[in-house]
Amino acid sequence: MIRAIKDNSLILGIFALITAGLLAGTYLGTKERIAESERKVAQRALLEVVPEDRHDNDMLNDTLSIPQASLKTLGLKSATQLHVARQNGEPTAVIIPAIAPDGYSGAIRLIVGIYTEDNSISGVRIVNHSETPGLGDKVDTNKSDWVLGFNGKSLGNPPVEQWQVKKDRGAFDQFTGATITPRAVVNQVRKVLLYYREDKARLLKAAAETATPAREQPHE
Amino acid sequence: MSDTSYREITHNGLWKNNAALVQLLGLCPLLAVTGSVVNALGLGLATLLVLTGSNTAVSLIRTRVSDAIKIPAFVMIIATFTTTTELLMKAYTYELYLILGIFIPLIVTNCTILGRAEAFASKNTVLVSAWDGFTHGLGFGLVLITIGAIREILGSGTLFANMHLLFGPLAENWRIELFGEGYSFLIAILPPGAFLVCGVLIALKNVIDGHIERRQATRRVIIKGAKRVRTTGEIS
Repeated sequence: MIRAIKDNSLILGIFALITAGLLAGTYLGTKERIAESERKVAQRALLEVVPEDRHDNDMLNDTLSIPQASLKTLGLKSATQLHVARQNGEPTAVIIPAIAPDGYSGAIRLIVGIYTEDNSISGVRIVNHSETPGLGDKVDTNKSDWVLGFNGKSLGNPPVEQWQVKKDRGAFDQFTGATITPRAVVNQVRKVLLYYREDKARLLKAAAETATPAREQPHE
Repeated sequence: MSDTSYREITHNGLWKNNAALVQLLGLCPLLAVTGSVVNALGLGLATLLVLTGSNTAVSLIRTRVSDAIKIPAFVMIIATFTTTTELLMKAYTYELYLILGIFIPLIVTNCTILGRAEAFASKNTVLVSAWDGFTHGLGFGLVLITIGAIREILGSGTLFANMHLLFGPLAENWRIELFGEGYSFLIAILPPGAFLVCGVLIALKNVIDGHIERRQATRRVIIKGAKRVRTTGEIS
């Protein structure tokens, strides 16, 4: 009996070693490629919000931290970085990640790009969502152009009281048959703008301190 | 040791004992990722890989594990193959990996895989077990793709949309649009639609089986009465 337990434990242990070894090997072998893919996807989202002709730095790695106190307004659960777009070393835009917690099927992750020159929106993109296909998922750019309607808007245009969906007496269209999703997005974008207005001075100062000389980005 | 032939294994895996339509195993991924052909194909291929790999591995070590530890050992093997497949998908088909999300690691919970390991691979030689795993995975995958195609056509009005996620940028023009922009039939895209389509397929298979059964029965009757011989045995 003891012999059986010893033998079985040994064999199971050897199995564990072999399988763990195989997994470690595969992990190491695919690590590079995976990191590269993740970088590309994050990069692509940022580029959609601040196009090539409005920045010349590596936005993915040019980041500033968001103050702990503001994480709640932005709907973020843990310390997150925002990205800085520069031209010739001068910050031209910031890209702020946020989460709208009140989507129809849960949290909606988005990024909001804001030009520092006139505080207007350079673009909003939904990065992750579980909204209803055919209805709420129109906030996604590959389903409809709705989210492009944020381009150029700011806290004065429309005025703050009108930063709602039309159903809530605001200026933004909702979708036929889906109000909750666009409402969540519009509200969160408004909150991002409010955070930005509050924190702009500190952000620009911090950006100036970490300024690196503009690097030529290899274009593909 | 069963003396099942390759032909019988194939018939079993693809039709008679089909994992999804007969054994009703692996319904979780079947219902969740069959909204489009590319999703179904992606997960079907992943499951096929894991099933074939694990059957082969289990058959290789079948003599070395005692009954007491065979289940943990099998689970370790299946989990290793699943995680390896997940890492490979993450590395080579990243966007599809993001779309399929949690259902790739959930392949390890697919009862078909442990079922085949326990029922077949632990009792048969390597090549036969590998073939068994392959045909069962293929049977499962074909059902996934069929449901995926039906739900994609009914639900989004397209066929082969987003195939570039699996086959590269050249596959972007494989997309066929059937009912025009903006067509959507919500219930076909959501899980209830998957249940309904799956149910219809099971019913269809039973109808076909019934036809085949009846035709074979008629043939048996004809043969039985064809000769008049003075024996007391049956003529088969």
